[in-house]
Amino acid sequence: MIYRTAGQFKTTYASDQAIFPIVQDRVAVTLALTAAFVIPPALASEYWLQAVLIPLLVYALAALGLNLLTGYAGQLSLGTGGFMAVGAYSAFKLSTAFPHLDIVAVFLLAGLVAAGVGLLFGIPSLRIKGFYLAVATLAAQFFLLWLFNKVAWFVNYAPSGTITAPDREVLGVLVTGPNATAGARYVMALAFVAVFGLVAKNLVRGRLGRAWMAIRDRDIAAEIIGIRPLRTKLLAFGISSFYCGVAGAELVFLYLGSAETQAFDINISFLVLFMVIIGGLGSILGSFLGAAFIVLVPIFLTNAPHLVGLGLPVALQKQIELMVFGALIIFFLIVEPHGLARLWQITKEKLRLWPFPH
Amino acid sequence: MDVLYGLVAPFADIAGSPAFFVEVLIGGVVAGLMYSLVALGFVLIFKASGVFNFAQGVMVLFAALTLVGLMERGVPVVFALGLTALVMILLAFAIERVVLRPLVNQEHIILFMATIGLTFFLEGFGELLWGSNVKRLDVGIPDRSFSVAGVLVNELELSAGVTAAILVAVLAVFFHGTRVGRALRAVADDHEAALSIGIPLKTIWIIVWSVAGGVAIVAGIMWGAKSGVQFSLSLIALKSLPVLILGGFTSVPGAIAGGLIIGVGEKIGEVYWGPLVGGAIENWFAYGLALVFLLFRPQGLFGEKIIERV
Repeated sequence: MIYRTAGQFKTTYASDQAIFPIVQDRVAVTLALTAAFVIPPALASEYWLQAVLIPLLVYALAALGLNLLTGYAGQLSLGTGGFMAVGAYSAFKLSTAFPHLDIVAVFLLAGLVAAGVGLLFGIPSLRIKGFYLAVATLAAQFFLLWLFNKVAWFVNYAPSGTITAPDREVLGVLVTGPNATAGARYVMALAFVAVFGLVAKNLVRGRLGRAWMAIRDRDIAAEIIGIRPLRTKLLAFGISSFYCGVAGAELVFLYLGSAETQAFDINISFLVLFMVIIGGLGSILGSFLGAAFIVLVPIFLTNAPHLVGLGLPVALQKQIELMVFGALIIFFLIVEPHGLARLWQITKEKLRLWPFPH
Repeated sequence: MDVLYGLVAPFADIAGSPAFFVEVLIGGVVAGLMYSLVALGFVLIFKASGVFNFAQGVMVLFAALTLVGLMERGVPVVFALGLTALVMILLAFAIERVVLRPLVNQEHIILFMATIGLTFFLEGFGELLWGSNVKRLDVGIPDRSFSVAGVLVNELELSAGVTAAILVAVLAVFFHGTRVGRALRAVADDHEAALSIGIPLKTIWIIVWSVAGGVAIVAGIMWGAKSGVQFSLSLIALKSLPVLILGGFTSVPGAIAGGLIIGVGEKIGEVYWGPLVGGAIENWFAYGLALVFLLFRPQGLFGEKIIERV
């Protein structure tokens, strides 16, 4: 009864092409966004903000980026960690070289740098695809991390080799660096995710997104109907890397506070790939659901045994976590290749008919 | 000028002490053979079922862990080997039943991602069973060094080379000379066509994953004897990917050639040209080389050329 679309007539092209054509969706998204901005900073504890919500938002942004590339454009990438590192290191260089540059601008510029690097490593995708491309992106992953490790210029010649987020303000509130409150950093991360989430949603239903999906589904046919593979694929790499770059900058500036190249190793690439698979390949909502899932499952696995009075050793937890992740990947690929997002879609369809199933 | 000097000087070093160069070369060949052993498992499965098995590296780890775990519990070497082989065959059954059968006819990329899931599962499972500390593997291969014309040669490395050579010969005969081998190649070409002429897909998959498991045991023994059985073994899977690109995905000799090129290339590059850029180029050298290959010869050295213009 609640989720009924009867009577919602679309009388203009504008209303037909709205991002959320159904009133209930519009209301729900607005409410959810407002709630996300208001409730956690006021109510959530330091632990929840720092250990759950901020990483969730950061990873969601990275997953969005990878989903655009892998889910929508069909180009498998294992180099996400490398592109995130580019964003983080260029944000660090920019903010320390130009201390008066607005931090929001720093994040965006860092994203642009990452986009440039992504374009560069996307060039092989014009000749190769599938697994072959995965190897090419692995080259990006390992080469970039090696570069950041070896060239001291990237860390401002710090002997420890770590980059540390400097204190920067937005509208007079400290938002980055270890001295900023978790609430402020959370709101900053959320603002970025909200804006870029909407941008992504818009992007994939527009001309470019449809071109990506055409390339993904049948590249030869796409070329025949006049989609230029070169431009489309490179744009996918560029935009995806932009998202990943901003996410990388956020990872250091808003979440970790300081980091080495270790923070961006191949495991991050896999983790983000898992988020995309579990959340749903080719779904914006799925990127968020996947990120939430991957962030929450380890926390659940850590805490659940304690709740029932079982104390598991840390090593065993780690092993169980690996097994659960691996099994879940296979499970989702077999049972629900469209991921958690598909489950939500099914729920919506059922809700439309409820309480009459036919 | 300095850079130019740095690029040229190593050639002088090579000419100056050829014995050291040969040692580096041998080190590279051995490392390359180790990569090849892992890559062979990949090639087998890809050639016979079109599945790109990312889990091959972790299968090597799993095999080595099982072998060491059994031997630590006092099982004699020969029995332990047999039991490990049995475990790998059981694993092949399980993989076919749980992972592959429900995913028949899915896109290759989906199957690839499923094997990534398998990788994580097996990593956790192996450690859960056998513990996660580094173990020494000793199956009685001598690890002494002797000197030939001023060059140190290690017996273990020598036996790794011989084993790899034997393995390739056996596999070549298996693929091209036997009935099962022909069936395997038919399945790789076209699942449905193979099914329609009465080749049992299920059996074929179990056979090929078992054979790959066997190759994993050999690779596990070699790696384990050389550097101990530890978690990082599964990372050699990542090194085997560029080996495959170089050699071609479907070529058994290609896996060996690719492994040798990468092993030798990265050792020589690291020792002679590495200092120029601060070292540790071993981390990405193989991928860089693979990237160049992808741009100019995507099918690899011995691969089948697939023409597709998009």
